[in-house]
Amino acid sequence: MISVEWFYWLMGLFWLGVGVLVARDRSNPKRLTSGLFWALLGLCFPYSSFVIAKTAPAWPLGLVIVVIAALAGTGRLAKSGTATAATEAGDVEGADLDRDADRPDRPLRAGGGTGGSSVALAPTQEREALAEKFGNKLFIPVLAIPVITALCAIAGPYVIIGGRPLLQKGSETVIGLAAAGIIAIVISMIVFRLRSPALALTEGRRLTEDLGWALVLPQLLSVLGLVFATAGVGTAIGSTVSAILPKGSLLPAVILYCVGMAVFTVIMGNAFAAFPVLTAAIGYPVLVAAMGGNPAAIFAIGMLSGYCGTLCTPMAANFNIVPVALLELKSNYAVIRAQLPTAVPLLVANIVIMYVVAF
Amino acid sequence: MLVLLGILVVVVGFALRLNPMLVVTVAGLVTGFLGGMTPLQVLNAFGTGFAGSRSVSIFLLVLPVIGLVEHFGLQQQARRLVSKLARLSTGGILAGYLFVRQVLAAIGLMSIGGHAQTVRPLVAPMAEAAAVRKYGPLPDRVVQRIRAFAASTDNVGAFFGEDIFVAVGAVLLITSFVDTTYGFTLVPLQVALWAIPTAIVALLIHGTRSLLVDRALRREMAGLVPEAVAR
Repeated sequence: MISVEWFYWLMGLFWLGVGVLVARDRSNPKRLTSGLFWALLGLCFPYSSFVIAKTAPAWPLGLVIVVIAALAGTGRLAKSGTATAATEAGDVEGADLDRDADRPDRPLRAGGGTGGSSVALAPTQEREALAEKFGNKLFIPVLAIPVITALCAIAGPYVIIGGRPLLQKGSETVIGLAAAGIIAIVISMIVFRLRSPALALTEGRRLTEDLGWALVLPQLLSVLGLVFATAGVGTAIGSTVSAILPKGSLLPAVILYCVGMAVFTVIMGNAFAAFPVLTAAIGYPVLVAAMGGNPAAIFAIGMLSGYCGTLCTPMAANFNIVPVALLELKSNYAVIRAQLPTAVPLLVANIVIMYVVAF
Repeated sequence: MLVLLGILVVVVGFALRLNPMLVVTVAGLVTGFLGGMTPLQVLNAFGTGFAGSRSVSIFLLVLPVIGLVEHFGLQQQARRLVSKLARLSTGGILAGYLFVRQVLAAIGLMSIGGHAQTVRPLVAPMAEAAAVRKYGPLPDRVVQRIRAFAASTDNVGAFFGEDIFVAVGAVLLITSFVDTTYGFTLVPLQVALWAIPTAIVALLIHGTRSLLVDRALRREMAGLVPEAVAR
């Protein structure tokens, strides 16, 4: 049986490797702390296997996570190949702000490179030539990823070998994506006629460092959600909500969840951060537990209601403020103004869809 | 009720643009302590939560191949594809890009588009050029509106496409969080399927608005270049 744990160990190994490489990379202004960040993260993955199997205590893992968060949160994580210090939180990451010296009323010049620091990316002219050479073949390895993932997710449960399912039950999608990532490397080696996967690892490290601590954030938010639930946040809000909401009134509860997701996302600038809060408060206790709604539909549409909030908030700088700079717009709110007339009807649509399909 | 201070920490921390890693960790610690948990229990919850939510991070195994294909010119090729839209009207270009971006995001190709990668070098200049072709030089406020709308098509397409892909961060965040916290066993595929109705509505609303940009342009330019509008 293929177990999902194998892939978690593989990821752990990859990050340990990144940690070692970063710690030895003199082009990284904070190489020791950055290397420590990645190496510790790498160690968390195999250790988690023992926590899940209940053969090791969970608290050392919790402690390491606090250390990792402290390293990143106090700006001790830097990208390799950058002479300057790490970008502060809230700064533009990976966006290339080479503002033209032209007058702002001139048309934008087409062209221009992608941003981000790069450890190994070929120069733009070289990539243009390679794109010319390979053309649409470039999409083959990339398209293999969703195809393989979907195959494992849909057909995986029916593949039985020797009386046992080939893929670990309940993890078919996750195994599918992980396997797809590895199989796609083999496919690209064939397409690009590469002899070894070394380049993939170098490029993987480049993207990993580009993303930085943002990689760990979704998992940390998941952790926060669990702490919220354990500490009784859901119960505290739930009792308040049920005091306000008349018993068994479905539509107001749906509206409260969707609008709440949007509003919290506007305040925080991040739907992922709003999700555990609102789900612990309304989504789970009221809509799923009390009203018996379909959890998959409620949570999916709840998250998308948060995205409506993302369209309206300057807090989501990467999406709404960075383009203002990139496109030389005069008003900071130009992009948000263009999005508001879509976001509001879409939020209403989400409320209607949830009310109709989930109950 | 004290535990609600933890939520306040999250809201205020994110609003003050502090480092999110720090905000989330502090909020977790504060909430745990206020909820009457011992330090050991809080750390145990952190550890259990992390171990149970590793599936959120599994998409990292795809990074090497994405990086590899980028090395061989993926983004350049994507640009060449989008530039085939160049013959369309301004609204057509915007609507076409919205559709392409949403479909690509839905099959997990998030990094192909983006403000730095496609909007600035491609979509905005093309949409602008289509209007210039038709009306000649444009007043600044019109240029500003076209550019802002180009940025909006990228956001809407990406946001309401990506959740259809079963293994995107948002879907796995949902499943891992509710599975770890409430003991569900949600299938990512089901969560992803429920994103489709909203995606279709988003495409209809923003696509229609994109096409209406042409009409707004005509109204806007009628007073300035009547002969171009008459064509």
